[in-house]
Amino acid sequence: MWDYNDKVMNRFLHPQNVGEVENPDGVGEVGNITCGDALKLTFKLDKNGRIADVKFKTFGCASAIASSSALTEIIKGMTIEEASKITNQDIVKLLGELPEEKMHCSVMGMEALQSAIANYRGEESPVEADDDHEGRIVCKCFGVTDTKIRKVALENKLHSCEEITNYCKAGGACGSCLDEIQLILDGLWKDMVPKQEGSSGAKSDFIKLPLIQRVIKVQEVIDDEIKPMLERDGGSIELVDLKENTIYVRLQGRCATCPTANVTLKHVVEDKLREFLFPELVVESIK
Amino acid sequence: MTDKKIIYLDNNATTAVDPEVFEAMRPYFCELYGNPSSIHTFGGQVMHDINNARTQLANLLGAGHQNDKGEHTEVIFTSCGTESDSAAIWSALQVCPKKHKVVMSKVEHPAVLNLGYELERRGYPVSYIPVDSHGRLDMERLEEAVDDDTAVVSIMWANNETGNVYPVEKCAEIAHRYGALFHTDAVQAVGKIPMNLSESPIDMLSLSGHKLHAPKGVGALYVKRGIRFRPYLVGGHQEKGRRAGTENVPYMVALGKAAEVAGRYLDDENTRVKALRDRLEAGIAERVPKIRINGDMDSRLPNTASISFEFIEGESILMLMDRLGICASSGSACTTGSLEPSHVLRAMGLPYTAAHGTIRFSLSRFNTEQEIDFVIEHLPPIIDRLRQISPYWNN
Repeated sequence: MWDYNDKVMNRFLHPQNVGEVENPDGVGEVGNITCGDALKLTFKLDKNGRIADVKFKTFGCASAIASSSALTEIIKGMTIEEASKITNQDIVKLLGELPEEKMHCSVMGMEALQSAIANYRGEESPVEADDDHEGRIVCKCFGVTDTKIRKVALENKLHSCEEITNYCKAGGACGSCLDEIQLILDGLWKDMVPKQEGSSGAKSDFIKLPLIQRVIKVQEVIDDEIKPMLERDGGSIELVDLKENTIYVRLQGRCATCPTANVTLKHVVEDKLREFLFPELVVESIK
Repeated sequence: MTDKKIIYLDNNATTAVDPEVFEAMRPYFCELYGNPSSIHTFGGQVMHDINNARTQLANLLGAGHQNDKGEHTEVIFTSCGTESDSAAIWSALQVCPKKHKVVMSKVEHPAVLNLGYELERRGYPVSYIPVDSHGRLDMERLEEAVDDDTAVVSIMWANNETGNVYPVEKCAEIAHRYGALFHTDAVQAVGKIPMNLSESPIDMLSLSGHKLHAPKGVGALYVKRGIRFRPYLVGGHQEKGRRAGTENVPYMVALGKAAEVAGRYLDDENTRVKALRDRLEAGIAERVPKIRINGDMDSRLPNTASISFEFIEGESILMLMDRLGICASSGSACTTGSLEPSHVLRAMGLPYTAAHGTIRFSLSRFNTEQEIDFVIEHLPPIIDRLRQISPYWNN
């Protein structure tokens, strides 16, 4: 039983903009019946270049239908330029939330939009291009390429195979490509760390930054890397203070009462902060 | 949610506990809570009730053998169907140490199928016998697969998704020809098909309480007299040393009572329940175009209907039915969180256009004609509504 929220259920039960626009300016079709979901998006522009009418037809589960409806609601009235910036995150935001296993429904919405925009511009669909030119197929069951896996991982900050499966299905059937997906992810994030934080030389510069800059950096790592991990187990964390090499935090929620909190502190919090900021950081917890 | 009338057509998933069964088990919680192994009368007396339950179950199975104390010795109580399956197959490998191979169908319940995969990881060769598009077992392939190295053949008696009933006695004969044991997962069959195991070549049979109106958490394994057995759970002497662990007395009593009641309703299951199922299938077929009814029309459980609604997806159908209180299940990928349609539908080679939109209705003796007619009336608009949204549907 899926725990869909009211926003998802309402759009599933009363989807907006169902159908096909006559003489459309752009048509996007993604997914296929083998995969278990598919979306056909059609839109028409007004004389000012704004999306005057947009409609969808979807084969899929409740969240696929709700995501499709949400997509059309978002882009109606937008220019092509504005619409091309819409991602699956915007769809999820309008829906409030989707079960993790259903995130791929929102990704399908984004892809249909990109495909329709490419069709309007007379370009090749970026979604199909993935399969044809860029990259090679990693997941044979669902025809997902390494390019797409990297793209989805980057856009949604995904680190595990399980998340990749939830967002783009790759690895969700026979599972024989899961090892390869993990290798792609390992490679991706290893490359990314220096790019985000500069070279290892830049890492040691962390300690020379002004205090406010250091606080911002630490807060970023806590918000993006550490909090999501703790929240999965019903816990959370708060930055309290920062003195030289020592970062003071307060563990919250379940982490606060967890008998292995110290392990969490050293192996999750400290490791992550050292990895992203400065290898000699020490983390202390404050009750 | 609470005051909505529920039309429960998901009895292959689990069943309601029969009130008569519930009454029978009730005294064993707060009053007759003794341990049957105790010397004192207060505890020891419940052993009699366990053995009575064992007799009730043996009667339903037609397992006639009794020891000189008049006790039925071929039925071992377990915690569930899965435990029974595991116990049977592991035991077969233990008692035939020179044989290694296991043969099963591709459409077994995960309780057996995943054990097959696990055995492979541990180095045992496992053969999976295919089925045709109606889900019928390929008997020639079975005959080819079984050989002198085969320790056990395990073929389900009835399939949970399609309701197909398999020729288990023929399969048992093939197994025996090569000196292999034969086990059947009969979780879906017990209580729906008359059985006479005394006259049958079946060596071991698994069943589950909650599929026949007993509670969840109790099952049983039939081991034919003379078939060697090694316990899966080792420990105390319970169940004559064949299944350790303090007896779950109330649930054993419940399973015995459920078996007795099921015996009384066997005819009803095969006449009235079957008629309701047929009415449901015919009613839907008459009102909804582009459907297929899956399974072996000549050999099916009386209570199961597997219907594919082409070009739409099962979860959406289930959720719209759920709004009306209709409970069924789906072979579609989305409902379980897995991404592929069920292994049974895929083994049957069902086209994906149909597999994703497959709904299983499974009835019980508690269903009524009014309920079936309600579904026949309210399902077609749901299908039509979803097809109007589908890009593959072309009026």
